[in-house]
Amino acid sequence: MAEAMESSGDGGTAAPRPLFAGLSDISISQDIPIEGEITIPMRSHIREFDSSTLNESVQNTIMRDLKAVGKKFMHVLYPRKSNTLLRDWDLWGPLFLCVTLALMLQRGSADSEKDGGPQFAEVFVIVWFGAVTITLNSKLLGGNISFFQSLCVLGYCILPLTVAMLICRLVLLAEPGPVNFMVRLFVVILMFAWSIIASTAFLADSQPPNRKALAVYPVFLFYFVISWMILTFTPQ
Amino acid sequence: MAAVDDLQFEEFGDAATSLTANPDDTTISIEDPGETPEHQPGPSRGSGREEDDELLGNDDSDKTELLAGQKKSSPFWTFEYYQTFFDVDTYQVFDRIKGSLLPIPGKNFVRLYIRSNPDLYGPFWICATLVFAIAISGNLSNFLIHLGEKTYHYVPEFRKVSIAATVIYAYAWLVPLALWGFLMWRNSKVMNIVSYSFLEIVCVYGYSLFIYIPTAILWIIPQKAVRWILVMIALGISGSVLAMTFWPAVREDNRRIALATIVTIVLLHMLLSVGCLAYFFDAPEMDHLPTMATPNQTVAAAKSS
Repeated sequence: MAEAMESSGDGGTAAPRPLFAGLSDISISQDIPIEGEITIPMRSHIREFDSSTLNESVQNTIMRDLKAVGKKFMHVLYPRKSNTLLRDWDLWGPLFLCVTLALMLQRGSADSEKDGGPQFAEVFVIVWFGAVTITLNSKLLGGNISFFQSLCVLGYCILPLTVAMLICRLVLLAEPGPVNFMVRLFVVILMFAWSIIASTAFLADSQPPNRKALAVYPVFLFYFVISWMILTFTPQ
Repeated sequence: MAAVDDLQFEEFGDAATSLTANPDDTTISIEDPGETPEHQPGPSRGSGREEDDELLGNDDSDKTELLAGQKKSSPFWTFEYYQTFFDVDTYQVFDRIKGSLLPIPGKNFVRLYIRSNPDLYGPFWICATLVFAIAISGNLSNFLIHLGEKTYHYVPEFRKVSIAATVIYAYAWLVPLALWGFLMWRNSKVMNIVSYSFLEIVCVYGYSLFIYIPTAILWIIPQKAVRWILVMIALGISGSVLAMTFWPAVREDNRRIALATIVTIVLLHMLLSVGCLAYFFDAPEMDHLPTMATPNQTVAAAKSS
């Protein structure tokens, strides 16, 4: 440090020098200790986590996803205001439910000339394009929910209607008649109401308050159409 | 109003802010959305000149014209552009539906309810509801008519949903497109005071279809007289909404062309309703022979196959 002062002192008496010109003359005599640890504890933790999921057995991976799906099924069956469905969205559950529903709803034989029930593709298209349309509608109205979160909620809330489809198929094994129809009607109406309540519990909060009804009505129409398809299902 | 400095972002919302920024700017302030021209004197309305006063001398129409110029500023490939078409609240949609159900002579649906804020929510979801209402009611009505017949096997007839969707969405979009093109062409020849944008015409057509939703549900009743009375009522209401909306737009024109336009609009509307009734709803006679008493020959051909 003493040498630096000397050199800058010499420079002061001469003609004005450019700024910082004297710094090249400075030499640091003693060592200033600069040492330490440059490791971020988080990074090592993440790396450890990644390699652990890479190395784990297939059963672990599948069970983890299945548990996530099962947890969301429970949230749908007992709807209360929680963010689990929204936060960790996945589309496995909706896909499974949609495929199950479409398989059960398709008409049995392809030889009927008259119009029968919906084909597998028709049900699939109605469910997925209906969900996409409702999501676009709620986003255009100004809702602050992401695209896939909304798809996830709408898909998972088909679960009560899939249960209704299973029950209807079982009831249809009995002899047909008005009682049969009444039982199926009651079950479908109950599950339809359950779906609506479950989905609005998750979706209604994301809308601006003066447009809630505008965003909820398409959901109502969507589940109504699916309920109609379930109710009018007749085995060939 | 555009700021050069990167750190200063643009405010469009507050009139006071923009006035402090550029005192020469024109700012609009609308205090009460409830003050509509409905409060103006109604009983003395004729058909012609009062509408011009409403269109030209009204404060609100000036404001809404200026607002319309400020609104759609995003380019059409952004999401915000399409959000401007869904900028309606629940009560506004209900008001528009109410306006389409109660046509009051002298009140223009577009000027009164849409007021330069055409939305696509109403037309799209009313058409979707109508598609499913017609398909489901048709299915239910056929089931009830043929109930008890030994040879009848109930089928859900799902294919008809796609046919209904095609017909109704084509009507709700192609007819306004044709009408808009026609009005633009006439506008270039005859200077009309009133001209509607394409979206406003789509909006009027969409909301005018709302009356057919309860009509389709009531068509389940298997009485021919009831069905035709319902057709007449629905056609009367929605036809008059359309006629009263488009009469100011063609009034300045050649008398014959104006009348022909209005008649065509109403005729197409009637064609839609009668066609839907004929195709989706079986006639309530107890025989299902190929020769049915319906005017639609294609229906007979389809049933005989």
